[in-house]
Amino acid sequence: MLIFEQSRAGRRAHVQAPASAEDTPDIPESLLRETRPLLPEASEMQVVRHYTRLSQKNFSIDTQFYPLGSCTMKYNPRACNTLAMLPGFLARHPLAPESMGQGFLACMYELQEMLKAVTGMPAVSLTPAAGAQGEFTGVAMIRAWHDANGDTGRNEILVPDAAHGTNPATATMCGYQVHEIPTGKDGDVDVDALREAVGAHTAGIMLTNPSTLGVFERRIEEIAAIIHEAGGLLYYDGANLNAILGKVRPGDMGFDVIHMNLHKTFSTPHGGGGPGAGPVGVSKRLEPFLPVPVVGYDGDEYYWITEDVRPQSIGRLSTFMGNAGVLMRAYIYARMLGSEGMHRVADFATLNANYLMAKLTDAGFDVAFPERRATHEFIVTLKRQQKELGITAMDFAKRLLDYNMHAPTTYFPMLVPECLLIEPTETECKEDLDAFVDAMVKIQQEAETAPELLKEAPHTQPVRRLDEVRAAKQLDLVWSGKVD
Amino acid sequence: MPFIPHTETDIRDMLEAIGASDIDQLFDEIPSGLRIGELSGVPAGMTEQEISRLMVARAEADGRPLCFTGAGAYDHHIPAAVWEITTRGEFYSAYTPYQAEASQGTLQLLYEFQTMMAGLTGMDVSNASLYDGASALAEAVLMAVRANRKSKSRRILVPTTVHPQYRKTAHTIVNNQGIELVDVPYCSDGGNTVPDSLRHLEGEDITALVIQHPNFFGVLEEVDVLTEWAHKQGALVIAVTNPVSLALLRPPGEWGGQGADIACGEGQPLGVPLAAGGPYFGYMCCKQALVRQMPGRIVGRTIDRDERDGYTLTLQAREQHIRRSRATSNICTNQGLLVTAATIYMALLGADGLANVARACHANTRALVDRLTGNDCVSPLFNRPYFHETVLQFSLPLADVLRPLYAHNLLPGYDLSKDYPELGNALLVCATEARSAADIDLYADHLNRIIESQTAAGCPVQPKMA
Repeated sequence: MLIFEQSRAGRRAHVQAPASAEDTPDIPESLLRETRPLLPEASEMQVVRHYTRLSQKNFSIDTQFYPLGSCTMKYNPRACNTLAMLPGFLARHPLAPESMGQGFLACMYELQEMLKAVTGMPAVSLTPAAGAQGEFTGVAMIRAWHDANGDTGRNEILVPDAAHGTNPATATMCGYQVHEIPTGKDGDVDVDALREAVGAHTAGIMLTNPSTLGVFERRIEEIAAIIHEAGGLLYYDGANLNAILGKVRPGDMGFDVIHMNLHKTFSTPHGGGGPGAGPVGVSKRLEPFLPVPVVGYDGDEYYWITEDVRPQSIGRLSTFMGNAGVLMRAYIYARMLGSEGMHRVADFATLNANYLMAKLTDAGFDVAFPERRATHEFIVTLKRQQKELGITAMDFAKRLLDYNMHAPTTYFPMLVPECLLIEPTETECKEDLDAFVDAMVKIQQEAETAPELLKEAPHTQPVRRLDEVRAAKQLDLVWSGKVD
Repeated sequence: MPFIPHTETDIRDMLEAIGASDIDQLFDEIPSGLRIGELSGVPAGMTEQEISRLMVARAEADGRPLCFTGAGAYDHHIPAAVWEITTRGEFYSAYTPYQAEASQGTLQLLYEFQTMMAGLTGMDVSNASLYDGASALAEAVLMAVRANRKSKSRRILVPTTVHPQYRKTAHTIVNNQGIELVDVPYCSDGGNTVPDSLRHLEGEDITALVIQHPNFFGVLEEVDVLTEWAHKQGALVIAVTNPVSLALLRPPGEWGGQGADIACGEGQPLGVPLAAGGPYFGYMCCKQALVRQMPGRIVGRTIDRDERDGYTLTLQAREQHIRRSRATSNICTNQGLLVTAATIYMALLGADGLANVARACHANTRALVDRLTGNDCVSPLFNRPYFHETVLQFSLPLADVLRPLYAHNLLPGYDLSKDYPELGNALLVCATEARSAADIDLYADHLNRIIESQTAAGCPVQPKMA
């Protein structure tokens, strides 16, 4: 039932708003609202019960194994939330003077420093609000750099065909044409095709390493040399940074710009689809173009670095400094991990993924790149099951929900047919990985003996499979009923 | 090992299953020259107790000042239930609801949010949120360029009464796409955008007009006249509004004869704490006819195989994961957790509660203006009505007033001298429903004492204009 359907005229959560309706004598009648907006009228307990019950209809990391590839659904330590929500931090107005925010600014400055250290990039800006905004920032800086050099003929960004959809969409937003580079059979970028594609029109390349195929791009140094020789820059999509944290740094691989997804690698909550945070790191030559504000420190006080002293900055990306509260959670997480903890993230994320890949291979599943090491994630392809049994990746995914496990990412990357992109993360224990393998094996048996169990799945969720075509055709985006 | 559950036995068994001798071997595809040894520049790890001590000390150092600053972020009362429920693990640690059947909680909540926002703005439809108010305006500009097929100019009129950071953000985001943002000056008496200042543009190809109402100065714009003017020129209207104000003010869907085409803005006033500027959320609503041009996630109601109601992400053909380089936007995530808070907030307040909040904000700011101008040095700058924020003009250097007020742990308002140097010593002040009469008195008493001491010391003071 919707909250609106529980609404009764005259009911209210009385303690939550001023009791009296103050007069507004100086606001002209013509500007005042005549119709009451459609908001529910309910008691506080009704509201609490309704949304608590809704929460129970969700899968989440706190309640289920959630191996959603490329999303790094690791445990979100509770301390990060509790400490980021200390009253002193929540009460900070974004426009309060620096002198009244030294505690907060110290955290931001130290986070910048730690992110520089783990990425090998000499300068960082925390302001992008999410991965996609970090990507936008990265490509906008590439453009600003070429423009500042008077090199305005470069109109193309290279993107591997396995890339996340935000990559090509971002390049377009920055006014670039997108040229896709094919992937070789071994999962690495086809370097010969890359060599043919580059030229005086190449502004840069957007790469994820490890790639979305779950393998490390082995010829990365060669790729960097090809792009740099052509006068282009390399942009690193940090979606998969969890795989290499403390092991190898994008800055050392030759990247000029990178964005990080703190909601992945630094364990800030995904919140049902945001907020994220997508800080960017750059090489020295790109530092003047970083988005503002950036936090500076003169050895005595922390302060904002703004467009006044960064005239070449690509500018601002949000009203204030971006998702400060997300950055605080990432900071707290990073401090608890410390230097040794960072290595271990990559160690155990990789151990878990390779273990799961080995166990699923043993159980008869086909992995997309059996000769390769898994990074923090890997791909199972159900092409054979689709051909022999008519069972799709979607069917497996939906059936997993009945086994009380969130499905892996399905149908991405698009290059691998009927794929499941599986990322267990480092915070899962061996028993939970084994339980996932068991569930996959059972589902495979069901696919052979009782395929309708998969076709009709899920059976245990609040709803069964939804009519998505109807959702898109008979648009119902806003409740049109009347409240009591 | 922080947050890693593996025992020595686990590690041994797992490596054996993989056929690797040690964990390091799993990284053997990385060129050895690229591997780093020790990670320098990151301090040693801390226990939860240690990090708690550090963070509590830093939070306390920041002082929790008494806040009379708005300028895009507002200090409202937030019911305790809002964040108690929002931070339940089932909301907090879930991801984008790609598996709809296992995400009905988030999806139904988003559908309710869309309904509430459409109701509040008087528009037909809403998306499930954008990053914040400023980036929502940028996305609205891009959307208007896509939606207004008759216009070829890609020219958007943006009054200088629109939040300066919104204008800067919009510039950053759209400037590589050949879109021109044209400033429209404001009237120095009223602090509003006057139709006269648009007259020279009549007959020109204009893609859209942005109207922020209440505008950055807190001033109420002549929304009907401006909307009518824009529609007559074939331009779309992008409304930027404060959602709390909409419980009191006529919503964008009812501006002029046909209403605004797109409404967007900052959702922070709906249950989101100030928190140093984020995470907040942007909202965006539009007319039904434009829905396929809208960026961001959208939730729709549909039915399952048993014909029961259910909710799912819809219109995904607009989005980057399907359309790649031809998507309406590169946006992937929204601000789901903040929308969760806002939905619970709106459900708790209801229409009457929210209207009372809006009215109390207005009344408190009026009382604040009244109290702060009871001396010879401070006066209201503009003569037009305002909502819960307004500009005060000081006849003595503002910096000399602000510094001692900061020392009293008070945020007295936003100094406009950097963004609007032509206004001189101008301060944008705001008193929400969360400020008491005693808070307002405290501010006024401190201010009067400061003015007294400065004028007594012979500081140059210009007489207040009659």
